[in-house]
Amino acid sequence: MKTPLHDVHSGLGASFTDFAGWDMPVRYSSDLAEHRAVREASGLFDLSHMGEIELTGPQAAEALDHALSGKLSAVAVGRARYTMMCNEQGGVVDDLVVYRLAEEHYLVVANAGNAAEVSAELVRRAGGFDTVVSDRSAETALIAVQGPTSAAIVGAVSDADLSALKYFASVPATVGGREVLLARTGYTGEDGFELFVADADATAVWQVLTEAGAGHGLVPCGLACRDTLRLEAGMPLYGHELSADGSPFAANLGRVVRFDKEGDFVGRTVLEKQPEPEVVLVGLAGSGRRAPRHGYRVLQGDEEVGEITSGALSPTLGHPIAMAYVPVRCSEPGTGLSADIRGRLEPVEVVALPFYQRR
Amino acid sequence: MTIPQNLRYTKEHEWISVDGDVATVGITAFAAEALGDVVFVELPEVGSEVGAGTPCGEIESTKSVSEIYAPVDGEITEVNQAVIDTPESVNSDPYEQGWLFKVRVESMPELMDAAAYSALTQEG
Repeated sequence: MKTPLHDVHSGLGASFTDFAGWDMPVRYSSDLAEHRAVREASGLFDLSHMGEIELTGPQAAEALDHALSGKLSAVAVGRARYTMMCNEQGGVVDDLVVYRLAEEHYLVVANAGNAAEVSAELVRRAGGFDTVVSDRSAETALIAVQGPTSAAIVGAVSDADLSALKYFASVPATVGGREVLLARTGYTGEDGFELFVADADATAVWQVLTEAGAGHGLVPCGLACRDTLRLEAGMPLYGHELSADGSPFAANLGRVVRFDKEGDFVGRTVLEKQPEPEVVLVGLAGSGRRAPRHGYRVLQGDEEVGEITSGALSPTLGHPIAMAYVPVRCSEPGTGLSADIRGRLEPVEVVALPFYQRR
Repeated sequence: MTIPQNLRYTKEHEWISVDGDVATVGITAFAAEALGDVVFVELPEVGSEVGAGTPCGEIESTKSVSEIYAPVDGEITEVNQAVIDTPESVNSDPYEQGWLFKVRVESMPELMDAAAYSALTQEG
């Protein structure tokens, strides 16, 4: 599948990769330069492969409280919440950002690889509620501007008052005369914006942002740097840190499982009875330049204790960083472990997440 | 992407330049582009014996890691310290500054010329 910006990316000389069936830009020139641009100036991302599902109607809030782990009925209009969809076994179907657009109107944003399942599950789970579930993925594009100069760029071309737009909030706005839902959210560890636009307006909005960003160091960015940016920020990626048989508690996401809300929600029974997790997600830092990667073994002495979920040489920090599931007894920051990097054990140390935090 | 006419190529996307009995080896621009920014290169030790088609080093980008294969049988005579110190030269100048190692050739398998390698990269 191709996003409405595919031709724009080709024109910019992007290299493409398959991501969940989508032909997406992996980089335009250099992963490292794009990564640096987001940390020091700003990057422009096409995220149109992600899923957008709307719920409307008098019981949209109740339906989401039942379908998801969070208390979406408590989210104020104009605000957004990071949450999850769990299965009956308490595993993670997907991690989501849910925006409350109006009293009876929500937007659920799902990962590309899970969008179809999330959409179908929302329809099923909302069955007994007075709400309409509409999958808008096919007609919705998503463009992100991420980085310290993003507010200057978006502010120059939108009619929104950005000083009033908090992190994890959204507002309907116009950008270059096109209607967008302007959200202050992201997946990079920087200040940033995500713009939901109609497919037909995607190219125009991309161009307007590109022009506005020219004086602010804005560069188009591919999925390669998106991955290293989110890893430095300690953010989980579905299929790596999160899975259908992984516990949200082991992933340090207990805070988004809201047992304090009224009524049943899918996965509640199992999650409530779930004992303390035996393994937990930790950050690991290494030295040198060889990075532990997804699937590599983690050892304590000679004993295999866990597995790497994501890893890379951190472009910002200059040393290898990784996330891994390890037993609770090995999870204290400062604990010395090793990673089996293609047959050679390299020392790594448990460190607090995130690896990188903006000032 | 230009493919130098004067070099020989392997299906592992390495190039070989032969001068007498010494071959200089690197990876092609096509391979460098596919890897993304190279951040780490591990090369065989000088004096070690390598066998054609067998791994003798690693090349790592932010996204992925690949093995470096010896394209010929022989003894490593020199490695490029500059590429270890500045791995990005594999991306910026794969056929000159980005060379990886030199090997004294004991046995040379059949290698592709530029036209054959160009055809290989077109196969997608």
